[in-house]
Amino acid sequence: MYRYDKYDQAMVDARVEDFRDQTRRRIAGQMTDDQFKPLRLKNGLYLQLHAYMLRVAIPYGTLNSTQMRKLAHIARTYDRGYGHFTTRQNIQYNWIKLEQAPDILAELATVEMHAIQTSGESIRNVSADHYAGATADEVIDPRPWAEMLRQMTTFMPEFSYLPRKFKIAVIAAEEDRAAMRWHDFGLRIVKNDAGEIGFEVYPGGGMGRTPFIAYKARDFLPQHQIFSYLQAVLRVWNRHARRDNIHKQRMKILVHELGEEEFTRQVEEAFQHILKLGSDFPQAEYDRIAAYFAPPPFETRLSDEIDRSDPDFAVWVDQNVAAHKAPGYAIANISLKPIKGIGGDITAEQMEVVADLAERYSFDELRAAHTQNLVLPHVRKQDLYAVWQALVEAGLADANLDLVTDIIACPGLDYCSLANARSIPVAQKIAERFADEARQKDIGELKIKISGCINACGHHHAGHIGILGVDRKGTENYQLLLGGSGDENTTQAKITGPGFDEDGIVDAVERAVEHYRGIREPGERFLDTYRRVGMDGFKEAIYG
Amino acid sequence: MKIITGNDLKTGAVIWWTGQDWSIHVEDAADVGDHGEQILAVEDAALRVNGGYVIDAERTAEGVRPAHIKDRIRALGPTVRPDLTLKPADPNAGNWVI
Repeated sequence: MYRYDKYDQAMVDARVEDFRDQTRRRIAGQMTDDQFKPLRLKNGLYLQLHAYMLRVAIPYGTLNSTQMRKLAHIARTYDRGYGHFTTRQNIQYNWIKLEQAPDILAELATVEMHAIQTSGESIRNVSADHYAGATADEVIDPRPWAEMLRQMTTFMPEFSYLPRKFKIAVIAAEEDRAAMRWHDFGLRIVKNDAGEIGFEVYPGGGMGRTPFIAYKARDFLPQHQIFSYLQAVLRVWNRHARRDNIHKQRMKILVHELGEEEFTRQVEEAFQHILKLGSDFPQAEYDRIAAYFAPPPFETRLSDEIDRSDPDFAVWVDQNVAAHKAPGYAIANISLKPIKGIGGDITAEQMEVVADLAERYSFDELRAAHTQNLVLPHVRKQDLYAVWQALVEAGLADANLDLVTDIIACPGLDYCSLANARSIPVAQKIAERFADEARQKDIGELKIKISGCINACGHHHAGHIGILGVDRKGTENYQLLLGGSGDENTTQAKITGPGFDEDGIVDAVERAVEHYRGIREPGERFLDTYRRVGMDGFKEAIYG
Repeated sequence: MKIITGNDLKTGAVIWWTGQDWSIHVEDAADVGDHGEQILAVEDAALRVNGGYVIDAERTAEGVRPAHIKDRIRALGPTVRPDLTLKPADPNAGNWVI
């Protein structure tokens, strides 16, 4: 993985000291809240319902055991013993004191981490496929480009005061595991007929109150022109963005209003100009960055056999373990979705267990997935049983990846100042309703995603079943949506009809699921059945 | 009744205006009538509270109860982590929120 050079370290250290001084001045009354707020947001510090919340960046979801142990230390020392993995591969802490925030940032800097640009009107943490570098279906590892985009877009003055936030995702496989087309700027690395590497470019996506799926603007952009192209996109957005209306500032709105054709035309025009300036990275720089992501020294001649004699272990292997590109290795997914737990939450002690496992069994590498789970990307198949045993001991061995209980949920009204309704209790009730393992397996892949407000941090637009919490005359109400997806066949979920109260939404989900079980054809997932038959039958089943 | 709430500037803790000072317990909240904005202007300058605002509440047999669920959750703590609320030993505390 990428390691800071002296310039990276100097920049991050300087930023910590800047923020320490800004915090001191705010507490001393030398700065108003209006003046301080954009500064703290640029350092990932929000004010939420119960305290300050710090969102720490995990670039493209990759971290090592030292960093994970530091995250555990921060949870234990400065928070209340736990952290929460988010839907953009970050981690956030819910109980931070402003006066301690600079110390936390200083601790993070010692392990090459920070919270820069995890909030505010900036280019956010670049996300990527959490199987990057481990999966056989990728063209190349997308992380060197994700890292280069991170470097290009961090602290760059032109991109520091954007009209609104801007999210980038990079994948390099046919299968989209990163919800790429739900980003402002989605990139898929491809190889053309001549064997050259380039990007399919997808601008204009995003969730929130006005969801749009990114459209394809380029079939093939030569890889070394990506920075010029990104600058062109940002310049067109900067030029036209509705800075007068917060609900119209996201780039997806501009793309919608200009139209894809006109937006692309203006971007291409700007691109031709910027390209001549020669600001793209030379090959040597790509090679330098890519060297950090060289594959670990995989052993050869390993057996692909897995001893499945322990039936509980076999269940976990079948559900949570994915194929690896190297013979004898596997990708082990760690579910953070225990049935009665809180999705994405992890205690300091569990973080340390995961860090130990990464160090011992996965070449010191870990991944955070946007699905609020963790990944050990490079585990020898012969070590899977030992890994599973340790996960069982730590309460991290739920075998429910991609099943009905593997629910994405935002923090909702239990923590978030923007939320209108609670998300976590709904996720917990649905998970309890479907807790039976045999029933979960029979239902198969089913992605439920819950947001507590229209900002859609819980990705409800992309849920096979989506749930949106709203405020109806001071009480929580939940709208049900069907048919969304964040995969390579991205679709936007549609609202079924009138909303439900907290118990009613659980019943409605169950009716939708049972309707699917009743009409599915062999091999069909919930989403397949919905796409085949449409909304009407489901609606009738849900509302009677 | 009208009460004032906000977050402690340094710690971020939820606080309630008692008439003379700030408390972390909503039952200490004072009815400020129509004087909420004036009090907030003074308190904002005193650098104790951040993001203060005036809300509707009612005085019940169980004490002061904010009108909106968001403020009741702020007053108690996250409903999904009763152990982290201000009443971790009270099994019925969550019912007060809903």
